[in-house]
Amino acid sequence: MATYQLNVNGQSKKVDVDPGTPLLWVLREELKMTGTKYGCGISACGACTVHVDGIATRSCVVPVSLIGTRRITTIEAIAQDPVGRTVQNAWVEKDVVQCGYCQSGQIMSAVALLKATPKPTEQNIEESMGGNLCRCATYVRIREAIKSASQQL
Amino acid sequence: MRAAMKKNDELHLNRRSFLCASTAAAGGLLVSLYLDFPAFAQEGSPAPPPKVYAPDAFVRIEPNGKIFITVNRLEFGQGVQTSLPMVLAEELDADWSQVVPELAPAAEVYKDPLFGIQMVGGSGSISHSFQQYRELGAKTRAMLIASAADRWKVSPNVCRAENSVVYGPGGKSARYAELAERATRQPVPNTVRLKNPSEFHLIGKKVPRLDSRAKCDGSQKFGLDLDLPGMKVAVVAHPPVFGGRVKSVDDKEARRLSGVKDIFEIPLARGTGVAVVADRFWTAKQARDGLRIEWDLSGIELADSSQLSTRFKELARTTGNVVVARGDDKAMSRTPAARRIVAEYEFPYLAHTPMEPLNATVRFEGDKAEAWVPSQFQTMDQMAIAQALGLKPEQVTFHTEYAGGGFGRRAVIDSHVPVEAALIAKRFRDTPIKLVWPREDDVRGGYYRPMHAHRVEIGIGADGMPAAWRHVIVGQSIVAGTPFAAMMIRNGVDHTTVEGASDTNYNIPNFHLSAHNPTVNVPVLWWRSVGNTHTAFVIETLVDELAMRAKMDPIAYRRKLLKSEAKKLHAVLDLLDEKSAGWRKNLPKGHAAGISCHECFGTAVACAVDVSIENKRPKIHRATVAVHCGLPVNPLTIESQFQGGIGFGLTQLMGQGAITLKDGRVEQRNFDGYTPPYIGDVPVTIDVHIVPSTEAPTGCGEPPVPVISPAVVNALTRLTGKRYRNLPLVAV
Repeated sequence: MATYQLNVNGQSKKVDVDPGTPLLWVLREELKMTGTKYGCGISACGACTVHVDGIATRSCVVPVSLIGTRRITTIEAIAQDPVGRTVQNAWVEKDVVQCGYCQSGQIMSAVALLKATPKPTEQNIEESMGGNLCRCATYVRIREAIKSASQQL
Repeated sequence: MRAAMKKNDELHLNRRSFLCASTAAAGGLLVSLYLDFPAFAQEGSPAPPPKVYAPDAFVRIEPNGKIFITVNRLEFGQGVQTSLPMVLAEELDADWSQVVPELAPAAEVYKDPLFGIQMVGGSGSISHSFQQYRELGAKTRAMLIASAADRWKVSPNVCRAENSVVYGPGGKSARYAELAERATRQPVPNTVRLKNPSEFHLIGKKVPRLDSRAKCDGSQKFGLDLDLPGMKVAVVAHPPVFGGRVKSVDDKEARRLSGVKDIFEIPLARGTGVAVVADRFWTAKQARDGLRIEWDLSGIELADSSQLSTRFKELARTTGNVVVARGDDKAMSRTPAARRIVAEYEFPYLAHTPMEPLNATVRFEGDKAEAWVPSQFQTMDQMAIAQALGLKPEQVTFHTEYAGGGFGRRAVIDSHVPVEAALIAKRFRDTPIKLVWPREDDVRGGYYRPMHAHRVEIGIGADGMPAAWRHVIVGQSIVAGTPFAAMMIRNGVDHTTVEGASDTNYNIPNFHLSAHNPTVNVPVLWWRSVGNTHTAFVIETLVDELAMRAKMDPIAYRRKLLKSEAKKLHAVLDLLDEKSAGWRKNLPKGHAAGISCHECFGTAVACAVDVSIENKRPKIHRATVAVHCGLPVNPLTIESQFQGGIGFGLTQLMGQGAITLKDGRVEQRNFDGYTPPYIGDVPVTIDVHIVPSTEAPTGCGEPPVPVISPAVVNALTRLTGKRYRNLPLVAV
């Protein structure tokens, strides 16, 4: 066990966990922030995507001990970001979700994409969103929502 | 499931319904519906007295105007928590902005009116509850109007309702919220007039989902997100071969992990396993992975995909139990060899892999228990938990949790996940136990779409149409040995093995279909659209081949071959032709169009895809889909279901879209080895067109799935000249 001071959504959070615990389980089980989802545990589905210093990161494979002072942003706070809010609203406007389980991760990946590339091509979208699995296959509407958000930014 | 549906359709016509009301402590209007089937009553005996169920069974109008509508289904993406309330709110004339959906707990009153169990399956959420929810809304409205009429001392006939307000003569009006309590004292009308479709203001409109915002900001709780005071998390070590038993366990290292509470052996649906209970999931999984277990595999069949492939192919060359024998059996032998096709197909096991890993939470309190499960089979899971705990079903309070997908995987006849949770909870009295199946357990855990082999021999007539069709299907039964067998196995054949072929709408004069249901030591289950996943693939690729040989347009050929009474299929082919002709006739070089159509669960679908080949894989540029699903309740949901179902159906074309076994062990572990479609694998655009209709609504969950794979493969064949009869599609 070790103690870590994490910067989560702009707030300082103290956790006492095993150093090898993935960030995902620190968020979900220690901090009770369940918006970030567990889908595979091997960074193959993207459901656990959060931003670490603004970079889309698979939290299921990042041990908490490697986080240090980096800023963690999760789905719960993405609306505080103008791009995040626009993307969330575009998701609602396009009625993207079905079961909704993967959508936290999809939105976090889309926000990272639009911050780096405000006017993405179809290929940019396929590359940036290519690691986010959706078993309901809402992909057509995800594309539409990203383009809609892009137009508003 | 279709078999059950057909049998019960007759019951549906005779059903009597009773609406009961009681007063809530909170002063709201409470309505419950009791459906009485002749199946449960002696023929000719008087109807049993209406039962009064627990209050607030379906509608609750609160003093603040909020209208809570209970949804008798699991919400797992299909959008029923929006569309069923729409149906009720339509007839209630409710203010839609005040409607709040709630998922029903397990209870008699929430059972599927046709299937007789509480469930989601067979694409029945809307089709089976449409009439039920309309009647509930209309009766509630009638009681509110009667209450207002009483207050104003006028006839109900001079009152009308609109947007949660009753209007009377002389400019009188009263809000539903103020009428609700008195309305409960009104008699429940036996019959009510339902609206004509022309009067609908909600049904038929593109109504956005009510759960969008919560699913976009992380606040929607799924079963896996449950956090109860004192809760512990359990992970189970399952045997490496189905049915394996624990011989010995070395748990020294596992027990050393801080937070591990206990480690013990439990019986499983097949064999035995070792449960690890800890404070946290991560700890439980680490401890589970650190167990050293010796397994007893003696006397267990070690299933092996390559051996099964040989065995199934050989079986397919022999006639099985006869399902359909129509016309002249000798017709084939009269067809010259040059006009015959023999085609052999193979389909692998497929896992459902819903995004939310399987889970169930149970708290055992001695003489009662509480369960929280994202379940497609609520009453069956409730019963199984009760049995595992030595309780009666009514002693188990069962909460339906939102599910992150399911596709059939949460409709398990043996309820093995909730039962495991119950058996573990039994050891931790008064402690909620959340059992989680990590993704690896799900991928390797069985309950797959069964592996299949098909063999089809076709004798082509001089007119290019199939004169004789001899078809053998081989695959495990899903329902053998279960309570579903009596209803769904006929002449020794599981209906789910042959559905989509036995009821083909193609007019083939001499048609013979038989099937083998061999037993294999691999648990199998319905996978979204069930038998249609493979039967539609076989028939639609062969019909396309016949059209090519006849040098006919694939849509025109299908129209010619379809029975004239297959009106829905004719309608979708016409609509597809109209909507896709533009792009199909102007395809870029290196692209080809593929066509397919299929009817299942009462819904007809036709699909056209624009495909090219990139990196030896199909690149699907667009799909145009035409749908006939009767009255479209929420066209927005239907569009989403078809776009998503097309993507889901592509699972079986993925290069790594197969579960295989070697020496009894599943060879894939996770999404790195079993890879469903990602964004680049599905069409960039999918345009969905709905045939206008006021016929009874039919299913939209499963019907999108079967059409896409044959359509893509038919396009590939036109590009390469090759036939693709073995899935997964490893290389083009």
